[in-house]
Amino acid sequence: MSSRRTVLGRIRAALADVPRDETPDQVGVVRDYLRSHAGHDVVGLFVERVADYGATVVRCAPDEAAGAVAAALERHGARRVIVPEGFPAGLLPDGDWGWVRDDPPLGVTELDAAEGTLTTAAVAIAVTGTVVLDAGPGQGRRALTLVPDYHLCVVHADRIVPDVPDALGGLDPRRPLTFVSGPSATSDIELERVEGVHGPRTLDVIVVESRGAGA
Amino acid sequence: MRIALFITCFNDTMFPGTGRAVLRVLERLGHTVEFPQEQTCCGQMHVNTGYRRAAVPLVARFAEAFAGYDAVVTPSASCAGTVRESHPLLAGLGGAGLPDAVAAVAPRVYELTEFLVDVLGVTDVGAHFPHRVTYHPTCHSLRGLRLGDRPLRLLRAVRGIDLVELPRADACCGFGGTFAIKNADTSTAMLADKMSDVLNTGAEVVCAADNSCLMHIGGGLDRLSAGVRTMHLAEILAATGGQRP
Amino acid sequence: MSTGSDGRVWLGTPAFPKAARTALTDTQLRRNLRHATSTIRAKRLQAVEELTDFEALREAGSALKRRTARHLDRYLEQLERSVTDAGGTVHWAADAAEANQIVTRLVRATGEREVVKVKSMATQEIGLNEALAEAGITAYETDLAELIVQLGEDRPSHILVPAIHRNRAEIRDIFQREMGAWGRAAPRDLDDGLESLTEAARQHLREKFLTARVAVSGANFAAADTGTVVVVESEGNGRMCLTLPETLITVMGIEKVVPRFTDLEVFLQLLPRSSTGERMNPYTSTWTGVVAGDGPQAFHLVLLDNGRTDVLKDTVGRQALACIRCSACLNVCPVYERTGGHSYGSVYPGPIGAVLTPQLVGVGQAASLPFASTLCGACYDACPVKINIPEVLTHLRAEVVEGGRQGLRPPTAEAVAMKAAAAVLNSPRLWRMAQRAAAVGGGVVGRGGRVRRLPGPLRGWSNARDTAVPPRESFRDWWRKNREGGG
Repeated sequence: MSSRRTVLGRIRAALADVPRDETPDQVGVVRDYLRSHAGHDVVGLFVERVADYGATVVRCAPDEAAGAVAAALERHGARRVIVPEGFPAGLLPDGDWGWVRDDPPLGVTELDAAEGTLTTAAVAIAVTGTVVLDAGPGQGRRALTLVPDYHLCVVHADRIVPDVPDALGGLDPRRPLTFVSGPSATSDIELERVEGVHGPRTLDVIVVESRGAGA
Repeated sequence: MRIALFITCFNDTMFPGTGRAVLRVLERLGHTVEFPQEQTCCGQMHVNTGYRRAAVPLVARFAEAFAGYDAVVTPSASCAGTVRESHPLLAGLGGAGLPDAVAAVAPRVYELTEFLVDVLGVTDVGAHFPHRVTYHPTCHSLRGLRLGDRPLRLLRAVRGIDLVELPRADACCGFGGTFAIKNADTSTAMLADKMSDVLNTGAEVVCAADNSCLMHIGGGLDRLSAGVRTMHLAEILAATGGQRP
Repeated sequence: MSTGSDGRVWLGTPAFPKAARTALTDTQLRRNLRHATSTIRAKRLQAVEELTDFEALREAGSALKRRTARHLDRYLEQLERSVTDAGGTVHWAADAAEANQIVTRLVRATGEREVVKVKSMATQEIGLNEALAEAGITAYETDLAELIVQLGEDRPSHILVPAIHRNRAEIRDIFQREMGAWGRAAPRDLDDGLESLTEAARQHLREKFLTARVAVSGANFAAADTGTVVVVESEGNGRMCLTLPETLITVMGIEKVVPRFTDLEVFLQLLPRSSTGERMNPYTSTWTGVVAGDGPQAFHLVLLDNGRTDVLKDTVGRQALACIRCSACLNVCPVYERTGGHSYGSVYPGPIGAVLTPQLVGVGQAASLPFASTLCGACYDACPVKINIPEVLTHLRAEVVEGGRQGLRPPTAEAVAMKAAAAVLNSPRLWRMAQRAAAVGGGVVGRGGRVRRLPGPLRGWSNARDTAVPPRESFRDWWRKNREGGG
């Protein structure tokens, strides 16, 4: 542990100008930034901002949700679809689908062979058009939404928060979190955006809102 | 109001006409301007090139020369910036009384357009300049002193002027004091783009609030025989008739 | 690529003015840089202007970084506890060599000979790939631009877009020539379409991701209170490395710690908008230690000093440690726009490099960098954490001139001239004499009020610019004659 002592010792020596009795709170941080940049139509803004990334967004009522899932999967031609533990059964369309369960845990080859993954989200952020996955029920471990080339995410309108501060305040940092804002993309060649590098090349989002709840 | 002119060492030697133009503008507006003879230089070149200790006597000289004036007006955004921002920091390296002396003077130092618009509340200074002009906001005007649209408001009120917008106006011209010497090639590359933007406006005159940047831009334009002249903003504000640029 | 003699930041290029001269003649580079910087400037401006309170966010970001720096020891100890409690292992590295030894030892312990890497400035700084190679371990860069740089045996030239100096045709050639030696070869008929190139990279790297058992990453942030580490990225290569392998080794500069997890609410708004000009980058991953059944089951966090405590020591220069590596300062810098990143001779190019590199390696070893700026201030305006880069540059120039921390050097011609100028300028009488001499001298050499060629170090100036001759009468002489009746 000598390097630990060396580094901490160097830091303390470098900070000779800081009064010994100063506490971190005495170094003022003014937080007069806005808690939210969203207007009153949070759901509408989320939909608009997700679409800005080139993701497909559909809004529907609860009784239309399973149909919207079926339509999205059909549009994408995905039948062998991973459904994580805890995904609401009511959102699964009837019919002859090849739902793949992660129990026992799928190997990478099996993940790679799947045609898509269907999940819920822990939180969604309107201003940035972000869905946040926390590996909770309906989302599964991180690899499930990473290796397959298609991610269909069903977001309940009541999970959409206006902006980044609300989202972080409501998340549990002990869980592994993935903030997803649109499909995988790169601008590494000549600074031109190309969608789809290593993450899912297609992201579809279905926003489910109870009647009267939306704008 | 006791007003002093801080001409700056550079204008004093290279562009005395700018100093006379400042006098004409302020006197036309009914003010008396004094020129303290003990003034020399704010020390900008020394500070920006790393010779901060050599600048300390100049800081002291400045504070002494301009003590007691209500306003010190200078036709240089970069020198005004040096006095207001660097002098208080450098004062700590000088004698015991220096910080107080600097604190008394530095806040009273105004770049010309700040003084006209903010202190005198004037935008029409009664100028007449029937020429096509573009304005280059120098870095110290734009990001240092944050002069904003003050120079443009003054220029727009000039009778007969054909004021055209400079594309990519916020880009540095590449002067940077000793940068133009130490990194002459990079400086020239920046100058080339600035000249191209100036030429694309079709202006006869490119003006600014700093003669140093204008010397850089004008030096390049002259080398190309480009047919565009550089003028300090003050000279346009001082013009009243048919003078040719 | 090699590490510098001190094992900190490599400085393999000549002094900035000389390196820049070469870069300025590279027409392809100039065109790429012009296109890239103008594109990203416009995007950044739009993303920033969308937030009416961006200035308040910058202030908060700056203040949080100041708070962290002033109590860095406390936050690092807290971070160590939090990570350890969550099942991770924390290592401390005083310098590059020690960090490389730690990582090498950790990889060896897994029995693996290959690692996949997420783009990381810290591991570039310490030359980790080279150190691993010496130990017989191959490191695969997985960020697209880093892959281009690695396959091309090249150096990164931008913090965010390391292959900004390459165009699509060059990249196609590199992929066709080199991919086969590293893994899956590029298709024979690969064209230079952006989608084809991206697809080739996807196919090439996918087998690495699916088989890798050890990953090495950097970190954008780490929250002291929870032990949560954050990686911000776009392509998904980060997620692959952070999720699929069994062992994850993260090398993080000690300045990357932030006090609280919820402080990320500031930085996750500042970083993407300043960096890529997006409201949010495609993927941000956070993890806290080890989570059973999800992701790597062994997590090592290497806390790297490597000169950072030297930066911390300097009360003016310290602010450079607030950098969140967004690269906004590079993109707005008129010097960077023309010279590109290689001229800076460091993994940290552009304005932030010009203040960080000399502090990390000692001003004596990078003495030209603080002068590689016009002090135009565009970097300070763009910096999301309000690092006053011109202030630090000016401060470091003084360090260079005053011999800095490297011991005294003999006075240069410039120093002699500056000293003489200061003496003259401190005497109105001498100053007046000098002015008159200059006017006479100018009158002798000038033609039509112009000088076309100047001697010595001024030649570079006069190569492209005419110089006005001082008029016969200075302002103060005119004043005396006309306003005071003197002479």
